[in-house]
Amino acid sequence: MIKNLLAKYASPFELGRLGIMGMNRRNISYISRYNPRRLYPLVDNKLKTKQIALDAGVTVPEMVGVIEYQHQVAHLWDMVKDWPGFCIKPAKGSGGKGITVIVDHDRQNFTKPSGKAETIEDLERHVSNILAGLYSLGGKPDVALIEALINFDDVFDGFSYEGVPDTRVIVFKGFPIMAMMRLSTQASDGKANLHQGAVGVGLDINTGRAIRAVQFNQPVRHHPDTGRDLFELKVPYWEQLLNLSSSCFEMSGLGYIGTDMVLDKQKGPMLLELNARPGLAIQTANAAGLVPRLRKIEKLGRKITLTPEERVAFSRKEFATDL
Amino acid sequence: MYSRKPFYLIVAALFLVGLALMLHRHFVYEVPWLPGEKRQIWSVEAKVEFEADGRPVKASLAIPGSQPGFTLMNESAASPGYGLSFVQAEDGGSRAEWSIRSASGHQELYYKVDMMLDPFAKGPLGNMPPQVTTVEVAEPYATAMDQVLTLAEARSSDGITFTRELLKELGSGGQNAELLAQYKTSGPLLVDMLHRAGVSARLLKGLQLEDGRRRQRLVDVVQVFDGERYDIFNPATGEQGRQESLLLWEYHSAPVLDLVGASNSRVSFSMLEQEQPVNVALAKKFDQPDWINVSLYNLPLEEQALFKGILLIPIGVLAVVFLRIIVGVKTSGTFMPVLIAMAFIQTSLLTGLVGFLLIVGTGLVLRSYLSHLNLLLVARISAVIIMVIGMIGFFSIVAYQLGLTEGMKITFFPMIILAWTIERMSVLWEEEGPKEVLKQGGGSLVVAVMAFLAMNNEFIRHLTFNFLGLQLIVMAAVLVLGNYTGYRLTELKRFKPLVDELKHD
Repeated sequence: MIKNLLAKYASPFELGRLGIMGMNRRNISYISRYNPRRLYPLVDNKLKTKQIALDAGVTVPEMVGVIEYQHQVAHLWDMVKDWPGFCIKPAKGSGGKGITVIVDHDRQNFTKPSGKAETIEDLERHVSNILAGLYSLGGKPDVALIEALINFDDVFDGFSYEGVPDTRVIVFKGFPIMAMMRLSTQASDGKANLHQGAVGVGLDINTGRAIRAVQFNQPVRHHPDTGRDLFELKVPYWEQLLNLSSSCFEMSGLGYIGTDMVLDKQKGPMLLELNARPGLAIQTANAAGLVPRLRKIEKLGRKITLTPEERVAFSRKEFATDL
Repeated sequence: MYSRKPFYLIVAALFLVGLALMLHRHFVYEVPWLPGEKRQIWSVEAKVEFEADGRPVKASLAIPGSQPGFTLMNESAASPGYGLSFVQAEDGGSRAEWSIRSASGHQELYYKVDMMLDPFAKGPLGNMPPQVTTVEVAEPYATAMDQVLTLAEARSSDGITFTRELLKELGSGGQNAELLAQYKTSGPLLVDMLHRAGVSARLLKGLQLEDGRRRQRLVDVVQVFDGERYDIFNPATGEQGRQESLLLWEYHSAPVLDLVGASNSRVSFSMLEQEQPVNVALAKKFDQPDWINVSLYNLPLEEQALFKGILLIPIGVLAVVFLRIIVGVKTSGTFMPVLIAMAFIQTSLLTGLVGFLLIVGTGLVLRSYLSHLNLLLVARISAVIIMVIGMIGFFSIVAYQLGLTEGMKITFFPMIILAWTIERMSVLWEEEGPKEVLKQGGGSLVVAVMAFLAMNNEFIRHLTFNFLGLQLIVMAAVLVLGNYTGYRLTELKRFKPLVDELKHD
């Protein structure tokens, strides 16, 4: 009985040996040590992230509008009527909460990626909820961001089900450490959160090629909905994407961040958002622990005077995966 | 990397100071580690009776104080129509003084004292040897005395051994002993003889404690000095040393009762033994404020009850910190489980759980309708609060009608917290589905139950209330947990497939 129970748990020493990072270590040794608290608003507020990104010349999705006050909610229709697809986000939302994606509308019904239709009233209520702080950290009043839908690159056709596949790169002191692609599935309702059932594909830092894929912590080979072989996945413009994510370090000043990037058909890699508390699932997707890589960077010393391109070159050499 | 030294110093200091405070309270104030220990408390009542004939009366009764073996807890007097005051006599003893302008007929005055049997008790018991005063003794007693004294003297080395031998001799039933027994009662006789031999001694009055006895008299006890040292003897039985069941009533060489203006007086005693839980006993003992003895027992009873609850919160918080950092349980709202656990303490666990599930479940159903009404958040939460109050009222009335008085306890739940819980769960349901609601709701309940079990534990309640140092230790523990970088229990499970895979490669 006890043996059966123990078999469900890994040995903490084994985990330590493999360099897998736990939540407590992430919080104490990396987030609170390398991310100055005063800089959090830059990433916790997507409006501010967008601003600093624009200032730094980083490409971001086009903004349709911002709704700050309740009385502006009535103008939602005026804002979105000329945009076939858009998404509504809370500026201070976390973990993908409160993001509604509309892929198309016929002036009456607004279609979600799942095919479910919403009315303008539904959307207005959603915006009201955002303003009241339903999705923000600590329930603080928030603003709603309306962004144009990204025309994601055709190379990802069939890799994602009803949603934008985004690339998460963990950037530590400006060095890309580990990367994965998050593919939405039917189970995840078009969202790219692994714990909701999205597929995570570990990417080789050197080439942007798929290493392996997981769903619900278990390895998978094919996309559960489209059936495409996930191992064929290779992210184009890989170096450009890495450079972009690496430059987020200078832009935000945060030492340990998760950068969420998307590939637009016309504009190439774009920064979707930054995350000051990136999750740990990337380790499962890559079948590798974060700790050894982070240690390697920490060993370089405190003062590093490398450009983003040089850092990317370092990472591609050091963290390449042999396939 | 910055130094962690100050951190560990603070933790160590908190821990050590906390521990020292606890040990101090245990050893100096003998607060026990375990609850439920009982202390014996003797309630002794002295009844003073006399006949008055219309003149002003003043009655002064010697009363005991804290003394080796006993701590005075409480004293009171009943005497209708009499003025009463407790006075400190010049010789150090305390007395109760009753006075009245005019009284006639049979009078009864009562004085009641509660004494706790307390091996650590201290108190003044005169240790100054009194003057040796020899009295002239008529023959044939003088000769008998001298013979006995000579025998005892030969077998002893100092005043105390001398007394022991003397008591042996007097109790031997010999001719001299028989003769002397007719001369005086054993107490005064012993003092007289000791003085005759030049040993300093004093007659005290004590009370033999026996449960439920009434109309008892004080017995003679002799305090024999040998320089500064003294020992106590019971002249009637010849026993040496202070007996546990002997309460000294008068020990300052003063009369037990001093009566002016009346006659035919009598003092009798009745006594009762009570077992009191330690905390009640301690509450009385620490009633007198004392700067070094910081204790919550000095507060009024109502505030004490309040603090009893407040001091438990750190324990609940510690349970939450442990379950979140070490185990990794997901809860909805960080400290919501502690508040729910506090409510459980009021309602009892089962009633609390049923009530909680009932309210949150019904609340979720009603809330799902509210989400169609397209309300602003603050208004919606407010509506949920009113709904919760309505539900609590409804369930209370139903429970009452059905004769389930337990159900009434539902009102102890913190309503705002319940409303927020319902709101959060409802949003969680819409966004992540019922599975996540069950997970977080269940997690919160598990944490609440654990926190409840920790906070409701008799032992922990006793410790938190009696040892304020424990709070510092809890603080140190929380700080140490806040520094834990190891894996959570849930992570061991989460990364198990990954570890298995990596091991195969």
